[in-house]
Amino acid sequence: MSEAFGTRGIAPTLARIESEPYYQPIHDEVVLFESAHRRRLPVLLKGPTGCGKTRFVEYMAWRLKRPLVTVACHDDLTTADLVGRYLIVGNETVWVDGPLAAAVRAGALCYLDEIVEARKDTTVVIHPLADNRRMLAIDKRGELVAAPGDFMLVISYNPGYQSVLKEIKPSTRQRFVALEFDYPEAAVEAGIVATEGGVDAETARRLVKLAELTRNLKGAGLDEGASTRLLVHAAQLIADGVAPAAACTAAIARALSDDPEMTGTLDDLVGAVF
Amino acid sequence: MGPRFRGDDERPLTSRKLFSDELEQRLDELLFASHSHRSAKNIADGLEKLSREQQERVLHWTGVAAQSYAEVGYLVAALAPKALARLDPAGFEAWVLAGLDAYDRHGGQAAMAQLRAIEAFAAARERAPTAARLADQEARLARFLQGLSGRPLGLAEGSVAHTDTETVFLPAQLAEYATAEDNRRLYKATAALLWAQTRYGTFGSAEVDVEARLARWPDRARALRWFAALEAVRLEAALAAELPGLAAEMARLRGPWPQALREAERRLGRADAAVSQTLTFLDECMAGAAEPPPLPHAGAIDLAAALGARATRLVRETEVVRKALSALKGFGGRKGAGAASPAVNLDGGKFQVSLDGEAVALPPDAQAAARSLVQDLGALPPECLTPAGPGAWQPLPPEWNEHAEEDALTGHREPQHRYDEWDWRRRAYRRGWCHLFEVDLPPGDPDYVAKVSLRNTAAIRRIRRRFEMLRGEDRLLGRQPEGEELDLDALVEAAGDRAAGAEPEARLYSRRIRSERSLAAMFMVDMSGSTKGWVNDAEREALVMLCEALEALGDAYAIYGFSGWTRTRCDIYPVKRFDEAYDAAVRGRIAAIAAKDYTRMGVAIRHLTRLLAAQPARHKLLVTLSDGRPDDFGDEYRGHYGIEDTRRALQEAHGRGVRSYCVTIDRHGADYLPRLYGPAHYTVIDDAGKLPLKVADIYRRLTS
Repeated sequence: MSEAFGTRGIAPTLARIESEPYYQPIHDEVVLFESAHRRRLPVLLKGPTGCGKTRFVEYMAWRLKRPLVTVACHDDLTTADLVGRYLIVGNETVWVDGPLAAAVRAGALCYLDEIVEARKDTTVVIHPLADNRRMLAIDKRGELVAAPGDFMLVISYNPGYQSVLKEIKPSTRQRFVALEFDYPEAAVEAGIVATEGGVDAETARRLVKLAELTRNLKGAGLDEGASTRLLVHAAQLIADGVAPAAACTAAIARALSDDPEMTGTLDDLVGAVF
Repeated sequence: MGPRFRGDDERPLTSRKLFSDELEQRLDELLFASHSHRSAKNIADGLEKLSREQQERVLHWTGVAAQSYAEVGYLVAALAPKALARLDPAGFEAWVLAGLDAYDRHGGQAAMAQLRAIEAFAAARERAPTAARLADQEARLARFLQGLSGRPLGLAEGSVAHTDTETVFLPAQLAEYATAEDNRRLYKATAALLWAQTRYGTFGSAEVDVEARLARWPDRARALRWFAALEAVRLEAALAAELPGLAAEMARLRGPWPQALREAERRLGRADAAVSQTLTFLDECMAGAAEPPPLPHAGAIDLAAALGARATRLVRETEVVRKALSALKGFGGRKGAGAASPAVNLDGGKFQVSLDGEAVALPPDAQAAARSLVQDLGALPPECLTPAGPGAWQPLPPEWNEHAEEDALTGHREPQHRYDEWDWRRRAYRRGWCHLFEVDLPPGDPDYVAKVSLRNTAAIRRIRRRFEMLRGEDRLLGRQPEGEELDLDALVEAAGDRAAGAEPEARLYSRRIRSERSLAAMFMVDMSGSTKGWVNDAEREALVMLCEALEALGDAYAIYGFSGWTRTRCDIYPVKRFDEAYDAAVRGRIAAIAAKDYTRMGVAIRHLTRLLAAQPARHKLLVTLSDGRPDDFGDEYRGHYGIEDTRRALQEAHGRGVRSYCVTIDRHGADYLPRLYGPAHYTVIDDAGKLPLKVADIYRRLTS
C-alpha cells in the first residue's frame, strides 16, 4: 500500500524486472524503442502470434530499468479496469488505481497486449496519454495525472486476425510509432530456439526448417504457420527427453490445426524433417 | 473431387421408397438433355426395387454425371442396380467417378466402356485393396509439395512419374508394395524426389548444359534411364541434409541400393554433389552395356519437357524482374540513371536491390520471379539487369479503338448502371466503362434446396446448432437502469461515490441481452463458365448451408451471382436481396445458379459494394466465392489488368467501410489473392466438395 496520494488511496506496487530476459534483437527495434522512449512517443508492436512481441517489451523494460505493467486486453475490459475504481473498506471509500493509472504514476512501461480485443470505447482513454498531452484523466476523482518522462505506452496487435469486428481504429493507431515484427530469419531463429529450448544447434535448425515448411502453407488451409513460441515449446519437450517427432506432433502439428487432413499433411512435414 | 454423397451414414432415412413413375419423372428432369429421347421408364423400373437410400444415391450421381454428359448419366442410372449389387457404397461412387474420369480424359466412348465393365472394375478393386490412388492422395500431396515450397508446383496424373519443372506428374495408382500405407509413402517419396529434381538442379544451370551432355549418347532412352537412377542417388543425399526424415523414409522404402548403384552412392551420395558429377559418372555407366536397376520411387526424366518449360519460364521471369528493375529506375526522376546498373544481392532469401547506393525492395511478384530464376540458373541472368529500354512501357496504340469491340459483340442495349474501371497502365479510371445489367435468374428446380437439405440433414443440423449458439451468446450488460440482478460492481462504486461526496450512479442493475450483431453480409458468387459442373454444384450447396446458418443467426444477408461477356455485358444475378426473405423464390433461384461466361470481377464488386454500403448495419462484409482469378473475354482483362482493377475495386469498397473476404478453390489463389484481399483475408479450399461445409464455418470465424 502506498501513501502517494492521501490516506484514501491504494496504488499497487510495481516491481522491476531484475534479471535480463533473453531477447535476440532482429533489426533496429531496440534502438528505435529507446529513441521513442527518450522522445516520449508511444509504440505500437504488430506481428503474428508468438514472434516475440511480449518478450521484447519485457527486455526493453529491463534495459530501460522501468517497471512493466502488462494488461491482456479482452472484450469486457472497461475503462475502470484500466484507470481504477472506488472500493469500500470498512466504512470508508478507498480509491484503487487500475494498472494504467498505476503505471502512469510510477513512470512505468504500460503494455496493452492485443489491444483489438478491448472494447472500442475503452481504448479511447489512452488517446490523451498517447499524444503530446501525455495526460490520464481520472474522472471519478476529478484528477488529471500528468505522465512523468519515463512513462511509456506500448500496445500490440496481430494484423493476421480475420474477424471484421476486430480492427484497430485509425484514430488510435495514428498516435503510435509502429514497429513491425515477424519471424526472424532461419539462422537467428535457430539460435533463439536453441537458447530458449535448450536443444543442440542441429535440432534447432531442423525445428526452424519445419516452421518454414508450415509457413508455406499459410492461406492454404492454415491461418498461421508455426510461431517461434511453438518451436520453443517443441524444443523444451525434446530437451526433456521426448522423441523429436512426438514433440513436434504434439507441440506444433496438433497446435496448428484440428482438420484431420491438414494434420495429416503436418505429420508428413514433421516426418520429412525428423 | 466432386461433392461426395453425404448423409447415408448420418441420416436415418425413414422416407418411403420411390415408385417407378416418381423415379421416371425425376430421371426425366435429370436427363432431359439426352439426345436419344429414350424413355426413362425401363430404368425407373430397374430402380424401383432399390431402397430409398440407394435410389437417392443413384439419382444424385445420375445428376452429377448428366452434367458432364447426359449419355453418361443415362448409363449410370441404367447400370446402377447391377453396380450396386456388386459394389459397396464407396465402390459405387468410385465406379461413377472412374466413368466420369474416363469421360474427361478420353470422351464419351471411353466413359461408356469404363462404366459397362462393372465386373472388371469390381475385380480390380478387390484385387488391389492395397493400392494407393492418386485421387485419394492428391490433396495431401499437393499441400506437402507446397510445404516443401520453392516454386509452386502443380500436381497432375501422368502415366509415368516425372516433372516438367512446373507440374509433378504421378501415376493414377501405385501398387508396388504389399500395404496401402507403403504405397502411400511411395507416392510421397516419388513426389518429393521429383520436387528435388527441380530444387537441386537436375536440369542444369547457367553453367551446366545437361542437354549437351546427354546428346552425345545415341541410345538416349538408356542414358535418360541411367540419369534418373543416378540422380535418385544424388538427390536423396541432398535431401538428407535438409529433410533427413524424408530421406530416411525414402531409404527404408527402396531398401539397400542395388549392387549396380553402390559405386554411384559412394561418389554421388554426398550433400554437396552437383549434377555435373552425376553427368561425369553417367559417362562411365554408358560406357558399359548394363541397364540401370529399377528403382520404385525414381520416376523418369523427360528432359525435353523440363527444358521447354524452363525456357518459357526463364523468358517470362527475366522479363518480370527486368521490368520491376526498370520501374524502380524510372521512379523519382532517376530515369537518366539507367547507365548505372543496379546491384542485386540475395540476402536471407530476400532480394535487395541497390540503386545509387540506396537499398530498395523488389515488389513481391518480382521477388518470387528472381528467386525462381536463381533456383533455375544459380544466379540472375545478366539480361535482367540491363534497362528494358524504350519498349518497356507502351501506352495503348492510338489506333486501338476503345469502342470497337462494343459494337462487334453486342447490340445496343442501354445499361442499367455504368461503372468506372481502373486501367493500371494509364493509372486512371476509364469512365463509365462497364455496362452493368441486373438480370433475373429463371426459377430453377423448386425441389433442389429440399433435396440438398435432405442429403445433408445432419450437417445442417450441426451448422444451425453452432450458429444458434453464436446468436444465443448472452451478454451480461452491467450498469443498467433496470435489470434482473443487482450489479455489485456498480453498487459498490455508487456507495463509494456517495460516501466520497460525489454524485452516485443510478444505474445499478445488470441485464442479460443477446448481443447486437449489426452485420450485413453480401455473398458474391462466381458464375463464370469455369465453374461448370462440380464447382457450380458445390457453390449452390454451399449457399444452401449458408442460408440455413444465416437464418439461424439472423444477420442481414444478400446473395448475388455475377458473370459477363466483355465490359458491355456485365451481368449481375440477384439470388437474394437484402430485403427478401429466404423463401421459395430465393430457393428456386439458388437452384438456377448456373455456369455462364466470364469473371469480370471489378465491376461486380463495385455494384455490390454500392448495394451493401446502403445497408444500415455497422459492419459490412463482402464475401466472394470464386474458382479463379479475374478473367474476361479477350486478353485485356486477363492477367495484370484484371488483378489491378479488382484490387482497386476492393480498395474502393474498403473506403466505403466494406470489409472483403474471398473463398476460392483455385489452388494457385495464393499467388494473387494476398495482393487483392490482403494476407489474412482469403481462404483457399483445395477440394470443391468441401466448400459447402467450409463456407459456413469461415463466415462464423469472420464474424465472431
